[in-house]
Amino acid sequence: MTEFETVIGLEVHVELGTQTKIFCGCAVEFGAPPNTHVCPVCLGSPGALPVLNEEALKLAIRAALALNCTVRQESKFDRKNYFYPDSPKAYQISQYDEPVGEHGFIEITVQGEKKRIGITRVHLEEDAGKLTHSPYGDASLVDLNRVGIPLIEIVSEPDLRTAEEARLYLEELKSIMQYCAISECKMEEGSLRCDANISLREVGQRELGTKTEIKNMNSFRNVQRGLEYEEQRQKKMLLKNEKIVQQTMRFHEESGATVAMRSKEDAHDYRYFPEPDLPRISLSREYSEERRAEIPELPAERRQRFVEVYGLPLYDAEVLTVTKALADYFDGTASRVRDPKSASNWIMGDLLAHVKANGLEMEQVRVKPEQLAELIGVIEKGTISSKIAKNVLKEMLDSGKDAKVIIEEQGLIQISDEGQLREIALRIIATNKKSVEDFKAGKEKALGALVGQMMKETKGKANPQLVNQIMLALISD
Amino acid sequence: MDFYSGLRKLHQGLISREMTPADLVNFSLEQIKAVDMQVQAFVTVTEEQARVKAEQVRENGAEGILAGIPFALKDNMCTQGVETTCASRSLQGYKPPYSATVVERLERDHGILIGKLNMDEFAMGSSTENSSLCKTHNPWDFERVPGGSSGGPAAAVAAGMVPYALGSDTGGSIRQPAAFCGVVGLKPTYGLVSRYGLVAFASSLDQIGPITNSVEDAAIVLQSIAGPDRRDSTSVQRDVPNYIEGLTGDICGLKIGVAMEYFSPSIDQKVRAAVDSAILQLERLGAEMIKVSLPHTSYALSAYYLLAPAEASSNLARYDGVRYGYRAQDAENLLDMYRQTRSEGFGAEVKRRILIGTYALSSGYYDAYYKRAQQVRTLIAKDFDEAFAKVDVLLSPTTPTTAFRFGEKTEDPLMMYMNDICTIPVNLAGLPAISVPCGLADGLPVGLQLIGRMFDETTLLRTAHAYEQAAGFAPMRPALGVHA
Repeated sequence: MTEFETVIGLEVHVELGTQTKIFCGCAVEFGAPPNTHVCPVCLGSPGALPVLNEEALKLAIRAALALNCTVRQESKFDRKNYFYPDSPKAYQISQYDEPVGEHGFIEITVQGEKKRIGITRVHLEEDAGKLTHSPYGDASLVDLNRVGIPLIEIVSEPDLRTAEEARLYLEELKSIMQYCAISECKMEEGSLRCDANISLREVGQRELGTKTEIKNMNSFRNVQRGLEYEEQRQKKMLLKNEKIVQQTMRFHEESGATVAMRSKEDAHDYRYFPEPDLPRISLSREYSEERRAEIPELPAERRQRFVEVYGLPLYDAEVLTVTKALADYFDGTASRVRDPKSASNWIMGDLLAHVKANGLEMEQVRVKPEQLAELIGVIEKGTISSKIAKNVLKEMLDSGKDAKVIIEEQGLIQISDEGQLREIALRIIATNKKSVEDFKAGKEKALGALVGQMMKETKGKANPQLVNQIMLALISD
Repeated sequence: MDFYSGLRKLHQGLISREMTPADLVNFSLEQIKAVDMQVQAFVTVTEEQARVKAEQVRENGAEGILAGIPFALKDNMCTQGVETTCASRSLQGYKPPYSATVVERLERDHGILIGKLNMDEFAMGSSTENSSLCKTHNPWDFERVPGGSSGGPAAAVAAGMVPYALGSDTGGSIRQPAAFCGVVGLKPTYGLVSRYGLVAFASSLDQIGPITNSVEDAAIVLQSIAGPDRRDSTSVQRDVPNYIEGLTGDICGLKIGVAMEYFSPSIDQKVRAAVDSAILQLERLGAEMIKVSLPHTSYALSAYYLLAPAEASSNLARYDGVRYGYRAQDAENLLDMYRQTRSEGFGAEVKRRILIGTYALSSGYYDAYYKRAQQVRTLIAKDFDEAFAKVDVLLSPTTPTTAFRFGEKTEDPLMMYMNDICTIPVNLAGLPAISVPCGLADGLPVGLQLIGRMFDETTLLRTAHAYEQAAGFAPMRPALGVHA
């Protein structure tokens, strides 16, 4: 039977996190009442002219550099002409043949193997408005708040081979954008949007098969679902010797299917031409280098450092570097404790559980890294047990108080005084003759019961290792 | 009182309290009432607003040279709350939410807006016959066109209804009507005057400039409106020189280039004779005439009629009936609404240019048309660069003929386009140029075009001023429509 290879390329739109729009002074705000962040420029009023927001250009250059692109010293804007009510000028200011950045790549790890995915180009453009259908009748409602929000479009090479690779690529891309403070990349708010091109070809064949484009996939999971569905659909057709039609498909979330939207014959002729209202962009080397200096340590480097410097397992390093805030948190904690792995355990365990349960951002966590490090230090010194520490951390997360304050207030200091512990142990042995006899008769479990009694007696404050040693010594005689 | 004697004189009258801003506003309104029934230059008169403003200016005692003096605007410059139609059905009733930078600047200098002026629809045309609003008549002969597309501004100034007006020039739209109406029309260097609030026709060519009775008045108005504007990225960051001080009257030793390509047989003999005598006049003033060549001139018209429509097809795409202006009723769906709105909203010439422009930008044709035209544009600019290595100013007729009759050229668009043959190359190169009256031919005004170096309005205005003073034609007063 014929074996097929899947070829996928992604087009990702990322909203840049600027305060104001790309060509006017209107504020960028998600969820504002319709048509409240608009002005003559973004409304396309006759006579109004665009003025480039330099912040958007800076973020686009930073993004291009973070994606290993070459930043063009000369670039320009072009007009992409089309009629639709979401576009008040009836053209979108975009970049056609001279994008800000080109020839970059992202590295992903597929089943332990590193794979480089090429980035064809990164270009700057303005967002369009939003159309909703009126609940009151056969009208469309137009909200132009989104018009003019700066976007970058990131186009990948057709280097992806599976739907899973596509998801991994998106995850890495999102991480990089977030690390560089380019965008929040919230797919549910539309600040990251993804269209996919997919085609199949016989294994060994060089030329690409006929592709389809999938739109409307609103989560990473749906990107993977949509691609997997389309992959199977195309495969079935090819096996039946049917021709793939080059067309745009819409992903249908409920059914998980892809549905044909429009064919190539309906494709627009956008009649691109250079935007005469904006001068060409000429960048000095220094200007680009300043943007490069704004790029922090990226997730890939950071993962590697966490493994090499802190000795973390790769899995821990991957989890802890998903967002910059989390990685910063770990760095802040691990650098203050003897054993970084214990920091990793506390963060990946209790702390992330708390964050998830309360729907928090890392920045909202009341316990700062130095406070968590202090708690871990107290455990390392044996002042409190790990078990008690769990409760202390819970209290810390709720109140924001320091560990030492809570330990002090609640008298939680571990009892490690051997004399004191021996005294208690003898008392317990005296009142639990049965358990002692059981132990001597070979029932090892009985030791646990005695130790448990002891912990109960000390309200959990007894040093568990010492309790074990002392009890064992006493009943073994 | 009259408006022909110049802004300086009106200013002196105000300063010396011989007259008040209200007197000037009244006079302007009276002139409009008296002659605009026939001339039909105005499409909107802001009478009430002007009277209020006149009172304000008197009260705050502003003393700038434009303070208290009325002016009017071509109807493609946005005026907040005042209808701005571009003489198009598609913008009927449209009141902009903001004012153009040039309007703000004239108002900053306490000028008083008296009204808006007729034009060819969206500034596309050379006779103002393409207006959807009214037919503007040449004050020298009511049977003839005032030129275009700034026909309203040229006619209003020539008929003495306002002392000055602003027009816009994309391929000659200030200079050609100025020549036809016997007034001064200045197209500044591209980027000197902000286009913010000028309803775009062809963005890389459009430029706002004054239409006045004298070169000095043009310098005075330019002084007010020129200079960088952060809202227009194509406005150039550079200091504005003092144009008025530059009018020394001395052009001795100045090198003036006469390009043979601008004296083709298509130039009317009488127009040519008037320009020839202007050349003699300039020589008497001590200027040196030098023959130069601008070899790519003959390609300018073709390049222009690809580039300007290409930009226009995109600039005018927004008039879709969705947000403002005219919207066709009873459309069945979105596409239908677009089609009907635009079919009914635009006139024939505008549609013609949108079609040409759309075609030129279409995939598969872009390289052959738009791109090629851009290359021609570069060559034309190079021609001028080379000429300006040898001379300070270039000279030509402004138009091949004097004002023509209504309907004379409407049947043949190409004949209409030929009118701009001397003015179009200047826009393609972005240079400053001025049309000054240089006499009459058969009782109709003839315009002399002078072209300057990039941003060298100072030399350009000095030359035009020196000529004007020596020639003694300006100001030219038409006997209002009674053509000998």
